[in-house]
Formats: sequence, C-alpha cells, structure tokens
Amino acid sequence: MTANADEVARYLKRRARWSPFEIAFWIFAFATIWLFPGKYLILKDTAILALFALSLDLILGYAGIISLGQAAFFGFAGYFAGLVAKYGIINEPVIALVCSGLIAAALGFVTSFLVLRGSDLTRLMVTLGVSLMLGELANRYSNITGGADGLQGVEIEPVLGRFRFDLFGHNGYVYCLIVLFICFVIARRIIYSPFGLSLRSIKGNTLRAAAIGVPVKWRLVAIYTVSAGLAGIAGALLTQTTAFCSLDVFSLERSADLLLVLIIGGTGYLYGGLIGAVIYKFLQDWLSNLTPQYWQFWIGLVLVVIVLIGRERMAGWVRIVRSLLVRLGTWLMPRLPALGGAAPDGR
Amino acid sequence: MLTILYDGIAYGMLLFVLACGLSVTLGLMNFINLAHGAFAMAGGYCTVFLVNRLGLPFALGLPIAFLVTALIGGLFERTLYVHVYARSHLDQVLFTIGLVFMSVAAVDYTMGSSQQFVQIPEALQGQFEVDGIGMGKYRLLIIVICGLLTVALQLILAKTRFGSRLRAAVDDQRVARGLGINVGAVFGITFAFGSGLAGLGGALGAEILGLDPTFPLKYMIYFLIVVTVGGTSSITGPFFASILLGIGDVAGKYYVPKLGAFVIYAIMIIVLIWRPQGLFARGAAR
Repeated sequence: MTANADEVARYLKRRARWSPFEIAFWIFAFATIWLFPGKYLILKDTAILALFALSLDLILGYAGIISLGQAAFFGFAGYFAGLVAKYGIINEPVIALVCSGLIAAALGFVTSFLVLRGSDLTRLMVTLGVSLMLGELANRYSNITGGADGLQGVEIEPVLGRFRFDLFGHNGYVYCLIVLFICFVIARRIIYSPFGLSLRSIKGNTLRAAAIGVPVKWRLVAIYTVSAGLAGIAGALLTQTTAFCSLDVFSLERSADLLLVLIIGGTGYLYGGLIGAVIYKFLQDWLSNLTPQYWQFWIGLVLVVIVLIGRERMAGWVRIVRSLLVRLGTWLMPRLPALGGAAPDGR
Repeated sequence: MLTILYDGIAYGMLLFVLACGLSVTLGLMNFINLAHGAFAMAGGYCTVFLVNRLGLPFALGLPIAFLVTALIGGLFERTLYVHVYARSHLDQVLFTIGLVFMSVAAVDYTMGSSQQFVQIPEALQGQFEVDGIGMGKYRLLIIVICGLLTVALQLILAKTRFGSRLRAAVDDQRVARGLGINVGAVFGITFAFGSGLAGLGGALGAEILGLDPTFPLKYMIYFLIVVTVGGTSSITGPFFASILLGIGDVAGKYYVPKLGAFVIYAIMIIVLIWRPQGLFARGAAR
C-alpha cells in the first residue's frame, strides 16, 4: 500500500517537472520586454487576455464547465480595482490586485452553486445571465460606476511605491507579465496536484468519479472559485494599467472572444490560453488594420471553420508540433546549457 | 396599466413567433443554436429592402420575408448545420456564435450600422381607444397575426401527419428512426420553417424591437430565455413563457426603467435554479 502511494507520488512529481520547452517559453516571454520595445501596449493586452483565458481553461478545459459568463468576474474585479484606487481606499496596486482577485473569487464561490445545476444549456444561460445582471447593475448605479461613460478619474499609485505606470506601457507590461507568470505557476501547481487529477476524472466521467469517492460538487465549486479569482485578477490588471473601466467589460462579446481565444490555443492544457491569446491578438491587430470595421466577420469565420474542421483534428496537429518541439528542446538542452532562451519558439 | 398589459402581450406574441423555431430545433436535435436571431435579422432586413427600396406593399413584404428566410435557413441547415449536430455543446456554441459574428459584420457592411425602419402603411399607424385605453393599431395587427400563427402551429403539430412525426422525433429520436420516420428530413423542414417564422417575426418586429446589425446579439438572450424557461417539449410552454416575458419586460421598463433588464435576468436565473428543465416542461429530462 505505501509502496503504491510512493509510486503515485513519484509519478505525480515526474509529471509536474518543468520541461525544457516550458522554460524556453517563459524565457522568451520575458525576453519580449527587450525584444519589442515599441509594442508594449499590444503585448500588455495580450498578457491580460492570456491570464483571462487561463482562468477559463481551468473550468472549461479541466473541469468541463461551459461558461459564457467569465466576463462577470473580469468586470466585477475591474470595477472594484478602479473604485478602490479612485477613492483612495487601497492605494498600493499589488494589494489592490490581490484584493480584487479575492473579491472576484468570493463572487465565483457564491455563483458556483447556481452554475453547478442543470445541463450545458442551463449553465450557459446562468453564467451569461450573471454577467448581464452585473452589467445592468453597473449601468443602473451610474453615480458610482460612471455608467455608459465608464469609470473616470482613476489614479493608480506606483507599483510597490517605486514603479509608476508610464505612457509607453513599459512598466505596465512588466507588471502584467510578472502577475501572469505568478498566476500561471499557481494554476500549474493546482493542475498537477492530485486535486487537478480528480478534476480530470470528473470531466472524463462524472458518475464514475463520484463512485470512486471524488466529492464532485466541492471540487467543482473550488475550481470555479479559483478560476473566478484569476479572471478577477485579469480584470483588475486591465483597470490598473489603463486607469479606466467601462461597461463593456461585462459584455457578451468579451466572453465569446475569450472562448475563441481558448479554442484557437486548444483547451485542456495550460499553454492553450497563452498561445491562443498571442495568436488572437496578432490576428485581431492584422485584421483590424486590414478591415477596420469588419474584423469581427473574419473572427466569426475562423470560429466556424475551426468547428467544421473539428477541434480534435486541430488538437492533433498541435500535439504533433508540440511533441516535436519538446523533442527538439530535450535534444538542444544538454548541448546548449547556457543558452536556453535561444531555443526556437514557434508559437 | 392595461396599456402595459396590451403592449406586453403584443411584445410577448412577437417573441413567441421569433423563438418557437428555436425551441423546436433545441428540443428535436438537442442543438444549441445561438444564431437564431441572425435569421430574424435577415427577415427584418429583407422587408426593409423590399418595402423601402423597391416600394412593395407591406402586406406582400411579410410573406416574402418568411419565404426568403426559410430558404436561407434550409440552405444553411443542409450545408453547414448537419455537420455540427453530433458534436459537443461547446462546438455548437462556438459554431453558432461564429455565425452570429459573421452575420453582424456582413449586415453592417451591406446595409450600414444605423437603425432601420420599415415604412408601415398609413392605415396601421396611430391608435384607437377602447374604454379609454389607447391601443396601437400596429400592435393589434401583431397580436392577430401571431395569434393566428400560434393556433395554426398548434393545429399542425396536433392534427397533421407531419406534426405527429415531429412529436415522435422530439420524444425519442431513436425509436422514431426505427419506425421509419426520416428524422433528418423532418428536422430540415422544421428548421427551415422555424427560420422562416423568425424572419417573419423580425420583419413584424422591426418597428417595435428596432433593427440594426447587433440585433442577433441583443435579442439572443431573450430567445434563449423563452426556450429555457418554456421548455422544449411543447409549443404551449414557450408560448406562455414568451407572454410572461413580454409583459414582464414591458412592465419592468415602465415601472423601474433602469432596472428593467435586471429583473428579467434575475427571474430567469431563479426559474432555472428552481426548475432546470423549464417552467412548463414535463418531467422527462434529456
């Protein structure tokens, strides 16, 4: 029995080890600070979107909950961060960020009980309904939130009292990237824990998972709460770095775009959201330069084509590319011990 | 007060015509079609084009709107939707949201982003008074047309051979197939018909709901509320749900103007928590 447990523990540890490819990915991500100095604004948006998509991946890719209302947490925490900064309740951005994440997680915990009932369609409606309700509330109490004009007059103090958000977005991007990395590490820790494994079993077969003693309901509540917290942190980041927050943080488009991001990157593995965010932002930038007003058409087309081709088939290609890259990484690493960052990074 | 009730019923009738096609597709194929509003929008724009640009009479514009959208619906069903039926709900949601985005941008491109109005004939404008209650003539027309449609639908569903096939297919698809019912064809026809109804609703409702390229996104939630609250096993469920929704929405907008939509969403969530299968559904869960 104990030998068995040891074996399981060893297996889990081996699985959770950082692969060379992952290390290369993050070195490259941080290298972008110096590589693309003129692109901070879009890079910053990408980092925020990546974090947001990561939060959705936790519930969609790992726990199998379809949600069209992730924007609820994003917007809720965004407004929270804006309001505490505006009225000087919490001046320090990092503390405000953590508080925003916590309050979004609290909202997630409360609403999780609504979401866990019913079929896919019911979940879809309830998640969407919650975010629309919050949007209506923000619109209603426009004396607090600024209503349709957005929340204005937000003054963000320097991060840790030293790094002020500058006009070019350099500090903002570095801040977002660090937060993204920390949140990613947390999510990674969760996914590779026994808890994460039990989530996978719930997604695979809920009945059987319950039969082998997984407390399905509480596991789902927990992951939904964590996911809400991460989405909240993403929303707070957006408010802090733009010093602005408007009603469209709650919109359906935001949640739908998020699904697209995740689908492009692939669900059910942690880098899906990050890679999807990069591709999506790149596509959006390119398409909106090409056809400023109608880029949504092409985004819609991408969605339709992805579904018609079949996500499994696409995921298959991604897996092939990934295994090739991993093999390349393991082949390169011993040869280039000092130059991990030089490993080619196709995505 | 009674005016609100009257407007609410007209609005609810309209919602029913718009959404009943959706409820059938959802019940029949367990298919989540978020793009249903796009067909309604197509009907609306078709009427605008026919009546305003070509100068056709309004009474002729409506049936043509129905036919055109039914045709588009049937075409889409045969070419695109058939590939997605067997997929997961996530795929269906993605696919239909993609269609919505495309339709929004395409209409924006061809017709412009401003709100469109159908020129309704003089005879239908204005109000008349019964017992001191102002009743819009156009709304009366909507109630009459939608009421007739509802009765017709109920009769088709209850009395005709096609109706019984459809009900059989909704109840248990596999057994229906086993009895030799061509479920695919039944579904294709129903889908086209439902899209046509949505188009007709869009054409009728252009005056009340407003018609602009974001129409499918704006009203998607309303259609879904009708379907989820009403259940998918009959057409009376969605009918009562849409009347309730219509009255609730009009009353909410009148009494608590800024919280109107909030009330609707809150009621929806409460109903869904209370009865996840819909307010009027039978016990059978799919």
